[in-house]
Amino acid sequence: MIMFITIIIAMNLEPFLINAILAGFAVAVITGVMGCFVVWRRMAYFGDSLAHSALLGVALGLAVGIAVNVGIILICSVFALLLLWLQQKKVLATDTLLGILAHSALSLGMVTISVMGQRIDLHSILFGDILTVTRPELWWIYIGGAIVLIMLLMNWSSLVLMTLQEDLAQAEGIRVFLCNLLLMFLMTLVVAVSIRSVGILLISSLLIIPAATARQLARSPEGMAIIASFFGVTSVGLGIYFSFVLDTPSGPTIVASAASLFTLLTIYLQVNKKK
Amino acid sequence: MVNLIQASNITVSRQGNKILENVSVVVGEHDFLTVIGPNGAGKSMLLKCLIGFYMPDTGKIRKMAGLRVGYVPQNFSPEHTMPISVKRFLGLRRKTEKAVVEKVAEETGIVTILDQPLFNLSGGERQRVLLARSLLDNPHLLVLDEPAQNLDISGQLGFYKLIEKIYKERKVSVLMVSHDLHLVMASTNEVICLFHHVCCSGEPQLVAKDPEFISLFGKDMATMMAAYQHSHDHVHHHNHSHES
Repeated sequence: MIMFITIIIAMNLEPFLINAILAGFAVAVITGVMGCFVVWRRMAYFGDSLAHSALLGVALGLAVGIAVNVGIILICSVFALLLLWLQQKKVLATDTLLGILAHSALSLGMVTISVMGQRIDLHSILFGDILTVTRPELWWIYIGGAIVLIMLLMNWSSLVLMTLQEDLAQAEGIRVFLCNLLLMFLMTLVVAVSIRSVGILLISSLLIIPAATARQLARSPEGMAIIASFFGVTSVGLGIYFSFVLDTPSGPTIVASAASLFTLLTIYLQVNKKK
Repeated sequence: MVNLIQASNITVSRQGNKILENVSVVVGEHDFLTVIGPNGAGKSMLLKCLIGFYMPDTGKIRKMAGLRVGYVPQNFSPEHTMPISVKRFLGLRRKTEKAVVEKVAEETGIVTILDQPLFNLSGGERQRVLLARSLLDNPHLLVLDEPAQNLDISGQLGFYKLIEKIYKERKVSVLMVSHDLHLVMASTNEVICLFHHVCCSGEPQLVAKDPEFISLFGKDMATMMAAYQHSHDHVHHHNHSHES
């Protein structure tokens, strides 16, 4: 905490930095908690594919003239439902389906953007540009994030039990199908609110790395979520700082920070175990 | 005597195939029913219909008012990615008094592993934890779906003994899918042999003689059951009425 306050003071309280920090910390808390479910339920590839399809959402938003976030939520929801429907058919394995859907949507998005001839900063969509987050975008992040956190907390025990054993959950009256839909929808929200910070290509790493780091220390599901959020916030803090100081792209810098924390902790735990 | 569950002529189809056809089952008070049948015969589907997972397409299922069911599902292999202790797992989604948890833990022999992470348990310990969770509500009926499937032979023996003990001490009813009929025969008072429809049902030694049973499971299984039942009769001097 003290470190972050020092960073803010050192950066002379530039408003764009305050926006970046407010956005980044919120995204880190959301992805930290959601990331636990991604790790527990092996949704990593799903999250990654969902994020890829978001580019088509961006294109749709630009083409129709609606907010880009709305476009992303729409396209990602369609993506998730399409996946569910194709899974029911049981013709192809899920990872094959995800690969087809994700890269089709990514390519289609890219083609659409080119055809429209819109000049957009593709780099910032793919890798994020947290230092240019605006006030309205901040509202998006906080409202979307609040929905995700509240829904997860309200259904926490049910989701944990369902993750451990679906039949048991169903026998105890949990509507497993609805819970699965809920998780999918929350993932689309997470993707929509995180894109500005880390970009389409790196969202899933912000979901996975902090949760995987936390797994090594946690002794309860709740503990893992809290520790994952803590690692996420630390990574974002370090990422914004180095991105500002070294003038590097924010998304990769944040993810590199998270990866460094993961590596350091893993080495530390391995070395101490052997002693 | 009140019946806990009474299913009459239930039929379930999935993708055009009849999984269950005209199945009728009655679970009475302090009954011990064992459902047997080849893989894909609809055994799990039958259990899931009886406890209300699925509605049958046709047929009726009547349940005793206020029926409490403890369910032990078929596969339980918690992933090591989820850090959760046995105690926390037992308390998920319910507020159970500490004394109840302790009593059930004692009953199922899991007192020493309460603080261990769930993913660390052996197969036998895992099944006993599931059994403990199903007992927390003080159920009238225990429904178990191949509970000893992945255990070694001594683990199976131990687990079935535990179920018999609970059956006798708690006076619950037990409805179980199991292939290890020879191990649960002593307690089982009715066997239901299922292959989409009820091929035959009744006391174990009668079912063993049924031609449909022999055609499904082969002569060896029937002989083994008959042999076991024979010595069993001698030891306990049961007076089963053989109607033949």
